[in-house]
Amino acid sequence: MAHRLEKRVLLEHAEDPALRTLEGYKRLAGGYATQERAYKELEQDEVLQELEDSGLRGRGGAGFSMGKKASFLPRGEMAKYLCCNADESEPGAFKDRELMQRNPHQLIEGIAIAALAADAGHAFIFIRGEYDEQADILDAAVAEAYEAGYLGKNILGCHRDLELVVHRGAGAYICGEETALLDALEGKRGNPRLKPPFPAVQGLYGGPTLINNVETLSNVPHIVRHGAEWFKGFGTEQSPGTKVVSISGGVRRPGNYEVELGIPTRELICDLAGGPEEGHEIKAFFPGGSSSPVLTAEEGLDLPYSFEAMAEAGSMLGSGSIIVCDDRVSIPHLALRTARFYHHESCGKCVPCREGTNWTVKMLERMVRGEATPMDLDIVSSVQQNIIGHCLCVLGDSMAMPVGAMVRKFREEFEEVMADPELVLDPHAVVQAPPETLGAST
Amino acid sequence: MSPVDGPGISNPNLPVDPAVNEGRVPGRAEEEIPELHEVDCPPELRERIEELMGRYPDRRSASIPALWAVQERYGWCTFEGIRQAAAVMRVTPAYLESVASFYDLLHTKPVGAHRIEVCTNISCWMRGGDRLLDAFKEAAGDDGEGFYVTGFECLGACDIAPMASIDQRYYGPLEAAEAGVAIEQLRAGEDVLPEKALAKRGLAGDA
Repeated sequence: MAHRLEKRVLLEHAEDPALRTLEGYKRLAGGYATQERAYKELEQDEVLQELEDSGLRGRGGAGFSMGKKASFLPRGEMAKYLCCNADESEPGAFKDRELMQRNPHQLIEGIAIAALAADAGHAFIFIRGEYDEQADILDAAVAEAYEAGYLGKNILGCHRDLELVVHRGAGAYICGEETALLDALEGKRGNPRLKPPFPAVQGLYGGPTLINNVETLSNVPHIVRHGAEWFKGFGTEQSPGTKVVSISGGVRRPGNYEVELGIPTRELICDLAGGPEEGHEIKAFFPGGSSSPVLTAEEGLDLPYSFEAMAEAGSMLGSGSIIVCDDRVSIPHLALRTARFYHHESCGKCVPCREGTNWTVKMLERMVRGEATPMDLDIVSSVQQNIIGHCLCVLGDSMAMPVGAMVRKFREEFEEVMADPELVLDPHAVVQAPPETLGAST
Repeated sequence: MSPVDGPGISNPNLPVDPAVNEGRVPGRAEEEIPELHEVDCPPELRERIEELMGRYPDRRSASIPALWAVQERYGWCTFEGIRQAAAVMRVTPAYLESVASFYDLLHTKPVGAHRIEVCTNISCWMRGGDRLLDAFKEAAGDDGEGFYVTGFECLGACDIAPMASIDQRYYGPLEAAEAGVAIEQLRAGEDVLPEKALAKRGLAGDA
């Protein structure tokens, strides 16, 4: 039974392993009936209109209207492509993994309907190489869908073709960036491209390409089935629908919870995820993965969990992944851990990101070793300012925003650590309780 | 005709001239591409790569899958293996090597038979990921041929932190002591930590 605060649409029946099979998906969730209706009865513009009216915002991080994005693709006879971004690599995010593992056919049906909206004949699921288990599940599901005639040539006798390929990446955070994903899919190193031209105009193999996140595409069958008005019945005016939120870090029940957008953040963290451990308090949290500026407990806990409320608070909903830091977490060490990730993952194409992440790590290391001077804090802040907006993609910004926010909001803690690094809590084991008391969710 | 090979032909209505991307297409120096008879490519590997190339509108898209196939066959992306794949794909070995060296999961140096990636990113770090990594390193000892143990960036399983990916399957939440158990199970050829496999978990909200 789902928790009373949950509202399961995408994760409905997900507890049943039978949902993974085509037969189970049809029986439990009425699967592929929407694709059949869309292919047989609906025109491209009707599907596009429904998606645009629903106000569905991209669930990968940017929160851009999915219907609008699809409508940017030019019309006419040309090879067009659809890419499903399943390269979920943002620290703190693990919702797409759950959706692919438990309900692969929902995604495939979503891709088939979105391909109709985009008039694409070729679709790809770009899944990160680490998700081998989930890629195997998708491979099996795609084979079933081909077998049953929901993919392939002349689908359902409607004179429409769609080829779907599950493409495994090989371990690079940057491939989640849409243009780097296209380069990786073309068989190159995953380097971002200059925009414009945007992928909707010139993407994969130079053709117009629609790129959407797993969760976004998983919403598509539900919207086309029940209509835009139904979808807007969930969530807030500017953030309609439900959202699978990944909650991890210093909480008692980490995991994926599907809720209506706009739910109080405190309910998400403290009721659904069980809140911090006995005797501890929430110090700060990342509201949308490690790229989002941290919010202190006072700033963030009482906000509604929606795109607009998080943006107003100076952060972002991003991919919808909350990482909770309790009072044992040393913020300077957290900043270092965050910066190291982006330093490791920077592709090296743009100087501000390549050098900025490198120097941020070096300066933060000096700080936690007690070798920094007081002016280093200001230098770190200015380095962050010089990264933001100066690169082809937002990887550098994704470090600069959270690290900048940490220095700004917890400056005293940085100064304490710089003065006496011995004072810091054990930086390698912040939460000491044995893991089985924390994570068990079965 | 592949869209990359024929700019403007398959996409006559493109609003942007694809020629602007032409300079970005690497691996075309014909004289550096080895011939198949020069590389002694095992037939199964060749068939596999040809099958992979057939899945894509442009054969070069198969470079990552082809490198996965090379790694599966030789344990890592060997120089010879890369030349073999390059000969089948008709690209330069340097091009494939540039791709292999970009990605964390493709190894351009020899690695152990079992690959253990321990997540040390934020959520796992908070729950003792560093200690788990140390425990795996200690348990594997100096058996470099048997085990490749490395810290890794976020693996997308913060709900089971601290966790590790062992031979491409996820396990967690793990205690440091379980590292030794897992290593022994791998040595004995048994199932690894069956109770900690991600596939066994229910939905968090059902708890």
